[in-house]
Amino acid sequence: MNVELRGITKSFGPVIANSDVTLDIRAGEVLGLLGENGAGKSTLMNVLCGLYQPNAGEIRIDGRPVTFNGPGAAIEAGIGMVHQHFMLVPVFTVAENVVLGVEPVGKLDFLDLKKASDQVRAIKDQYGLEVDPDALIETLPVGVQQRVEIIKVLFRSAQVLILDEPTAVLTPQEVEEFFQIIKALRDAGKALVFITHKLNEILQIADRISVLRQGRITGSGDPKTMTTKDLAEMMVGRPVSFDVTKQPFAPGKDLLKIENLTVLHENSEIAVNQINFSVRSGEIIGIAGVQGNGQTALVEALAGLRHITSGTVTYQDHDITHSSARARHRMGIAHIPEDRQRTGIIPSFTVAENMVLDTYYDTRFSSRGQIKWDIVNEAAARGAVEFDVRTPSVFSAAGHLSGGNQQKLVVARELSRDTEMLLAAQPTRGLDVGSIEYIHERLIHARDEGDGVLIVSSELDEILALSDRILVMFKGNIIAEFENGDGQADKNEVGLAMAGAAP
Amino acid sequence: MAISDQTTPNIPMKLDIGEQRQARITGTVLIGLSILVALVFAMDSDGLAVFRLSRTTDALPLPNLAVPAQSFNYLVSAVLAFLGVRQFARGGARWTSLSLGIGMAIAVAAFLVWATAGKSFSLTGMLQATVVRAVPIALGGLAGVLCERVAVVNIAIEGMLLAGAFTGALVGSLLGGIPGLAAAIAIGGLFGFILAALVVSYRMDQIIAGVVINLFVLGLTSYVSSQVFQEYRTLNNAPVFRAYKIPLLGDIPVIGPMLFQQNLFVYGALIMVAVSTYYLFYTRRGLRARAVGEHPRAADTLGINVYRIRYINVTLGGMVAGFGGAWFTLGSVGRFDENMTGGRGYIGLAAMIFGRWHPVGALLAALVFGFADSMQQKLALLQTPIPSEFLAMAPYIATIIVVAGFVGRARAPAADGKPYIKE
Repeated sequence: MNVELRGITKSFGPVIANSDVTLDIRAGEVLGLLGENGAGKSTLMNVLCGLYQPNAGEIRIDGRPVTFNGPGAAIEAGIGMVHQHFMLVPVFTVAENVVLGVEPVGKLDFLDLKKASDQVRAIKDQYGLEVDPDALIETLPVGVQQRVEIIKVLFRSAQVLILDEPTAVLTPQEVEEFFQIIKALRDAGKALVFITHKLNEILQIADRISVLRQGRITGSGDPKTMTTKDLAEMMVGRPVSFDVTKQPFAPGKDLLKIENLTVLHENSEIAVNQINFSVRSGEIIGIAGVQGNGQTALVEALAGLRHITSGTVTYQDHDITHSSARARHRMGIAHIPEDRQRTGIIPSFTVAENMVLDTYYDTRFSSRGQIKWDIVNEAAARGAVEFDVRTPSVFSAAGHLSGGNQQKLVVARELSRDTEMLLAAQPTRGLDVGSIEYIHERLIHARDEGDGVLIVSSELDEILALSDRILVMFKGNIIAEFENGDGQADKNEVGLAMAGAAP
Repeated sequence: MAISDQTTPNIPMKLDIGEQRQARITGTVLIGLSILVALVFAMDSDGLAVFRLSRTTDALPLPNLAVPAQSFNYLVSAVLAFLGVRQFARGGARWTSLSLGIGMAIAVAAFLVWATAGKSFSLTGMLQATVVRAVPIALGGLAGVLCERVAVVNIAIEGMLLAGAFTGALVGSLLGGIPGLAAAIAIGGLFGFILAALVVSYRMDQIIAGVVINLFVLGLTSYVSSQVFQEYRTLNNAPVFRAYKIPLLGDIPVIGPMLFQQNLFVYGALIMVAVSTYYLFYTRRGLRARAVGEHPRAADTLGINVYRIRYINVTLGGMVAGFGGAWFTLGSVGRFDENMTGGRGYIGLAAMIFGRWHPVGALLAALVFGFADSMQQKLALLQTPIPSEFLAMAPYIATIIVVAGFVGRARAPAADGKPYIKE
């Protein structure tokens, strides 16, 4: 089945998400759709799978124009989407999720779960997608959940599969397996659309590439003749440097020392299990690991946002195990939280207000309980310039900035104090290439100035590029450590450790 | 080509710290109960506590159950102490809840024995009243389950019960019992539909919408009953559905009077619980409804109409609550009094949570509350030294402890209370 998108335009109020986009999706082929966050990839695919109606343009299936008035219609036409955020009910079984909406029923609307399991097994055998139909979704690893999503669209006889950022949550090994699945589906004659912002992956898997920038197609071509540099330029609109330049690795003394640290989840399960490590000044420690292995709890514990159950944290020879977040701030620990929307900024506050969330009480900014707004605004304006926060004014609501500018705002706030230790959780998640470049520079700058830096990231490439030492977290433990002062760590070995295979 | 299963399951790691804490708390509670039973109930008990299991009219009379009060209560105290110490020595997740449940039950038994010591008391009568009094709570809880399973928090159950009670009395007085009941169900359904419209279509805050309905119903029914019913008493004089003894089953000792010598409302509640369980957990529509409550966007992407399912379920919930409301008038006194539901709708919501958002769970939880209610009423006749108001409080306190003990594990539908906004 071939699908053509002709001149698709989709706007939300004044914002134009897609403008005159034309794409061909062909059976037996993987189309790579590349673009930064906010380039309009997801909007375009939501148009294709019937969630949005285009303002102009048409969709043709095998030459015939079609319109979808809802997701149901697109599914019926054979178009299936695997969403970036899985559309799975965690407390249902695999079979229940797969058949939802097209359930096998008996008399009295009776749901025939046995038949559903058999149907799932049939698909699983046909395409070699290993999964237990009766397992609860919430007990399955993310890679397997993704397989369930694929089975779900295959179960609806999809001929076109749209995969939206499918590798974002996978370990490198899971990505390899996932690519095997994609190839098998392609060879079975399915048309696939692979949406991503990762350059290496698209070159590896796509048969044809189209690049989207600011809602328009800015280039397309054959991956065999394209390089990551070409693609990045098409995606960003200017040449991009991938090289990270650092001063030679020269660590100082221990700055932050973590001994036998144990931290619990809200539900009293162990999040971090008796771990030990230290961060020296002038060093970047990278914590690698698949999301959900205790990294969040670790950073929160170090930032003073989560109770430490046992163990000690020492900072510059002071025991800060039970110090408050503010005490830690004042001692020079900066924290870039993992979820900037929820813990990094207050979206409805202005840029200036967000800029002083941590220092508003300082005598510089307030006296006798009153905030000196003119000084705050002035300082915020300076910070915005220094850290390249692009905002109409310091009075704009922070929530209206793009993700990259929100993150730069957080970085500006945290680094404009006198800091010696920086905790950065997922510092570039969901950002555009330009902002990533900038934030990486800032982190390395902090390290070159002699700060200790702890980076948590689920992007292995980022960890490898920045870190002097790499620790791998798995199920709350540090199961491997790699020296990377000269970039000598082996990506494959780190990836294996992320999957739980201790070296 | 087969792709092997991944070897990195995100199975949560269990640590004993949380469990141990729970075990310690449970252990302390049990030992506290043990001391209470020994010092108060056992030392103060004398003679035999006689529990009557049958009435003289029963077809198959059972002999009375006579318990030597003091020995029984010392035994209970010993068992409680054993359970409590065991929690400290080796508490575990499953054992902790189970021990707490057993402990609570036998402590209540000890209390009853103490109160009855030297007298006699109709156990069957109390159990029968338990079921009767559980009915409005169970139906309120069931209405809550139907709504919250599709992620609509229904605080308005109280108002729906009250509207059902009022309408049942009014229409029942004018047209008779069956039309009264039908009208009560219809008015419940109407308020369910209104709630759905407010929170699903207009995305009004669910709590506020519910409170508004409660206040509206309370105000209107209070006004009419004090102004109109006082003048025209014939408008508030409805027939009552009598108990109907089911042949054979009704003759089983103890169980018979509890379950098979009851009126329409008890049978109706049991049937509704069974039908709802089948609907929610064994049908296609139920699967879709639960999907809407857990992950509405997932349901939407599969072409399921989230809004329509919410409308349907909330309206059904309203109808169940309307039926439950009619119990107050057509099922017991035949007359409407101001605010006669007295917060049973809210207790129904507690039963829903205690019952873990399951119809059967809500029913069982409602029976606990019904037991509390009927015990308090019967004990008032035995003239225990404790004022009956305090007796009425004790079981609720016990329930709070139990609910607090369970709270970590009971899980509400993931999207509960959140409006769904189509993109």
